[in-house]
Amino acid sequence: MPKYILTIGLEVHAQLNTRSKMFCACPAEYGEEPNTLTCPTCLGLPGALPVLNEGAIERTILTGLMLGCSIPPVVKWDRKNYFYPDMPKNYQISQFDLPLCLGGGVPLYELAYPKDAQKSIANPGKVVKLTRIHLEEDVAKSTHHEKFTTIDFNRAGTPLMEIVSEPDIDSAEEAFAYLSSLRQILIYGGVSDADMEKGNMRCDVNISVRPEGQTELGAKVELKNLNSMSAVRRSIKYETERQIDCLNRGEKIIQSTRRWDDDLGETTLMRTKEDAHDYRYFPDPDLLPVRTAEILERVRPQVPELPHEKRDRFERDYAVSAYDASVLSSDKALAAWFETATAAQPTVPGKKIANWVINDLLGLMNEGSLSIADCPITPAALADLVATVESGKISNNQAKEVFAEMFKSGRPAAEIIKEKGFEQVSDTGALEAMVEEILAANPDKVAEVQAGNDKAMNWFTGQVMKLSKGKANPKLVTEIVKAKVAG
Amino acid sequence: MSLATASLTSLRQRLTSGEISATDIIKDVTTQIDNRNGDIGAYLRWDPELALAEAAKADISLPLGGIPIAIKDNINVTGQSCTCGSRILAENYTAPYDATVIQKLRAAGAVPYGRLNMDEFAMGSSTENSALGITRNPHDLNRIPGGSSGGSAAAVAGDLAVAALGSDTGGSIRQPAALCGCVGLKPTYGRVSRFGLVAFASSLDQIGPLTQTVADSALLLNHLCGVDPRDSTSLDEEVPDFTANLGQDIKGLRIGLPKEYFIDGIHPGVRAAMETAIKKWQALGAEITDISLPHTDMGVATYYILAPAEASANLARFDGVRYGYRSSTATNLMEHYLQSRGEGFGPEVKRRILLGTYVLSSGYYDAYYIKAQKARTLIRRDFEEAFQKVDLIVSPTTPGPAHKMGELKDNPLQAYLEDVFTIPVNLAGLPGISIPCGTVTEDGKQLPIGMQIIAPHLQEARMLQAAHAFEVG
Repeated sequence: MPKYILTIGLEVHAQLNTRSKMFCACPAEYGEEPNTLTCPTCLGLPGALPVLNEGAIERTILTGLMLGCSIPPVVKWDRKNYFYPDMPKNYQISQFDLPLCLGGGVPLYELAYPKDAQKSIANPGKVVKLTRIHLEEDVAKSTHHEKFTTIDFNRAGTPLMEIVSEPDIDSAEEAFAYLSSLRQILIYGGVSDADMEKGNMRCDVNISVRPEGQTELGAKVELKNLNSMSAVRRSIKYETERQIDCLNRGEKIIQSTRRWDDDLGETTLMRTKEDAHDYRYFPDPDLLPVRTAEILERVRPQVPELPHEKRDRFERDYAVSAYDASVLSSDKALAAWFETATAAQPTVPGKKIANWVINDLLGLMNEGSLSIADCPITPAALADLVATVESGKISNNQAKEVFAEMFKSGRPAAEIIKEKGFEQVSDTGALEAMVEEILAANPDKVAEVQAGNDKAMNWFTGQVMKLSKGKANPKLVTEIVKAKVAG
Repeated sequence: MSLATASLTSLRQRLTSGEISATDIIKDVTTQIDNRNGDIGAYLRWDPELALAEAAKADISLPLGGIPIAIKDNINVTGQSCTCGSRILAENYTAPYDATVIQKLRAAGAVPYGRLNMDEFAMGSSTENSALGITRNPHDLNRIPGGSSGGSAAAVAGDLAVAALGSDTGGSIRQPAALCGCVGLKPTYGRVSRFGLVAFASSLDQIGPLTQTVADSALLLNHLCGVDPRDSTSLDEEVPDFTANLGQDIKGLRIGLPKEYFIDGIHPGVRAAMETAIKKWQALGAEITDISLPHTDMGVATYYILAPAEASANLARFDGVRYGYRSSTATNLMEHYLQSRGEGFGPEVKRRILLGTYVLSSGYYDAYYIKAQKARTLIRRDFEEAFQKVDLIVSPTTPGPAHKMGELKDNPLQAYLEDVFTIPVNLAGLPGISIPCGTVTEDGKQLPIGMQIIAPHLQEARMLQAAHAFEVG
C-alpha cells in the first residue's frame, strides 16, 4: 500500500461583535425573542436597501492587520445568488473578487494543539498561509420541527468574516491548532468571541488525499456540520481514513460535499460537484465600492500585541520559561491578570508570581471551570501573598494553605495569616535564644553536625521549629545553627 | 371645473388664498376617479376616507400643503399594499414603512392618495403586463397608455390626479407621459432616494414626477430630491430650487439633435412634430446643432442584459416564505419555490428573470454581463462628449404614438424597441424629461406626441427652464 499525503484547507466563518448588523441598524444580539431584532432591510422586504456598517469593515481590516494580510485600496460588494428560506433576499451580500484582506497567515501556537499532540508537533513554528478574508452577511436561523420549519431572522444580516486558508494544513492536529490559534488572535483583537460551541465561529473543512510522489492534489471533499474543534479533528481523521480506504480499494474519490455526524462519528454524502451551485456573483448595484486607505489609517493603531509577541516579551521581561510564557499569553485576560499582579508588587520577581498563577491558581480555576474574569482572588491579593512568602514571613507550605482559603473566601492574605497564627518569627534575638537552648541540651548532635552530618543539621532546625510552634523562619534558624556550631 | 383638472401650481395659489380647502381637492379627485376610472383603469386602489382625513390635517403653509399625489404601486406607503402590478405581491403584504419620497412628500404637506397601475414590476412599456387590471389611454380607450408607469400617466392626463409619482428604469416615466400627453421627468441617477421603491434594476431605477405642466414638475421635484443615508447610491449634491429659472428665456441655448435618434422607422407624424418643434426652439432663440451619439444602437441590447441581470437577483426575494403569494399545494421546499413563483409571476417577468439568470451564469458572464458594462461605458461617454458641444439634447421620446391594445403582445422584441430613445439616458444616469409636442391623428383620434429633453448630470434646472420655455412659448 502506498503512503498518502493529506492536504487540508479551512474556511472559517467568524461573527464580528459589532453592535448593529452589517447593512441595517438592528442590534446584532443573540438570545432575544425570535424575530424581534428585524427591520425591512434584514427581512428582505420589497424596496428596502442595505447601508454598510463601517464598524464591521474596521474589524475585518484589524483582523487582516493582525494576520499580516494586505488590504487592497478598493474593495467591493457582490451578490451571491441562491435560494434558501433562511436567506431573506435569496442572495447574500458578500465579496467575490475584491475582498478586504489578501494573503497573510495564522501562526500555530504549541499550546493550541490538542493536549495529547503537544509533545509530537510535526512542524513547530508553522504559519498556515491564508488566501483571503472577506466580509459578508449572515443568514437567519432555521429550526426544523417534525412537520414544519421555523425561521428566526434575528441573526439575518449580522456581519460575518470568512477566513479562507490555503491548502496548507497537513494533519487533523494542525487543523485543530489553526482554529485554536485563530480563535486566540480574534479574541486578542476584540473582533469576535470566536466560540465554535456557541456558533459564533463556524468551520468547513476541505480535505484531499494523494499518494506520495503525486504532485497534483487529490479530489477535494468538503466537510460540513462541524460544531466544535474536536469535531473538526475527529472528522478529518475519519475522512482521511475513509478516503485512503477508498483509494486502496482502487476506487476514485469524487469532488463532493459530505456531512459530519458527530454522534455516529462518520461523514455521509450531501452532494457531488454535478449539483454544485452556480452562485452567479455580480457587483451589488445598491452599494458603492469602498476605499480602504482612510479606514486603514484609523485601524492601524488598534492592532494589539499578539499572543506570540506577548509570549516572547514575558519570557524576556519576567524570566519565565517558554512554556509558562505560552500559558500566560494564551488567554488575553489571563495575561492581563498576570501583569496587573506583577505591577502590584514590583519588587517580587515576575517568575515567582507566574509560578503561583500557573501551578496553583489555574489548577483551582480549571477544577471549578472558572474563567479568569470570575477569579475570586484579585491580582493584587495574590501578589501580596507571594510578597509575604518572599519576605520570609510565612513558609511556602503555610502560603499554600492561605492561598486555598483566599480562593475559597476571597479574603486578603494578611487576615488569614493572622487568624491562623502563621506569622513567622524572624526576630534573630528570640531565635538565637531558642537555638542555644537546644544546642546546650544536645551536645552529641552538635558533634555529629561538626562531623559534617547534614541530617543532624536538619534535626536541629526541626527542633527549633517545634519549639517555636512552627513560627520560626526556617531559613534563619539554619543560618543561626550553622554559625553557632561552627563558632 | 373639477379641481382635478387644475395644475398643482394653481391649486396651491387657491389653497393659500383660502378659496378652496385641501378636502375640496380630494373630493373632486375622488369624483373623477369614481366617474372615469372604470374606463381608464389608472388606479388599482384608493381610499377617499383616509385621504380626506389626511387632507383635513394638512398644513397648507407647506410648499405642497394639501396637494394629493397619486403613487405608482411600487412605492411603499405605510399601511398600504404595494402590489407592483403582480399577483405575487397582491396578497399577504402590507408595507410597514414609508419610502423616503413618501416621507419627503408628507414633510412638504402633500397627501399620498391612491395606487396606480403599472406593468408588473415595472417590466414593460404598455401597462399590459399588469396582472391586476387594464389601463387605457385617456385619448383613445382602445390604445395603451404606455408604461410601465401607465397608471401614473393616464391618471394625470385623464384628470384623475393632480400629479403622480412614477419610476423610470428605461423610459417608464417619459414614454407613458409622451403617449398620454403629460409631463414626465426622470431625475439624474442618485438625485432621488430609491429607499422604498421596489427594485427592478437598481443601477437604473429612479423615481420621478408625472404632472400636467413643467412648472408642476419642477415644484414636485423640489420635494423629492436629496441625499438619503438609507440609499448608498443617492447623491450628496445640493438641490437647487428647480422653479427658480422658470420663465427665463433660452436665447443662445445650444440644443443638439442626435442623428441616431432621427432614424427611418419613426412615425411620420412624430417626424413632422419634431420638425415643427425645432422651428419653435429656434424661434425661442436656441441654437440647433446636429450631433452624434454613435453607440446608440447598442442601448437596447445593453439594457436587456443589465436590467434583467439585476432584476433576476432583485426579484429573488419574492419566494412566498415571508410575505406575498404562497402556493397552497406545494409539498416540499422545491415545489414551494417553483409553484409560488411560477404562479405568482407573469410571463414578461419570468422572461426577464430567465434572461438575467442566463447572462450571469458561469461561462456566459464575461460574454454578456461584462461586455454590456463596457457598452454602457461607451454610451455614457457618447453623452459626455456631446455635452462638450451642446447644453441640452432633444429627441422624440418614442418612435410613434400609442399602439392599440394587444398590438405588440406577442412581439416582445418589437415592444422592447419602444424604449430605444429613452434607454440610453438611464444607462448614462442622466436626467430626461418628456413634454407634449403636438399630436398625430389615427383612427380619427388625436394622439399625443412627446419630445424628450436630455440634460447633463445634475442639470435638471437647465432642462426644466428649457422645457418650460417651450411649453409656454
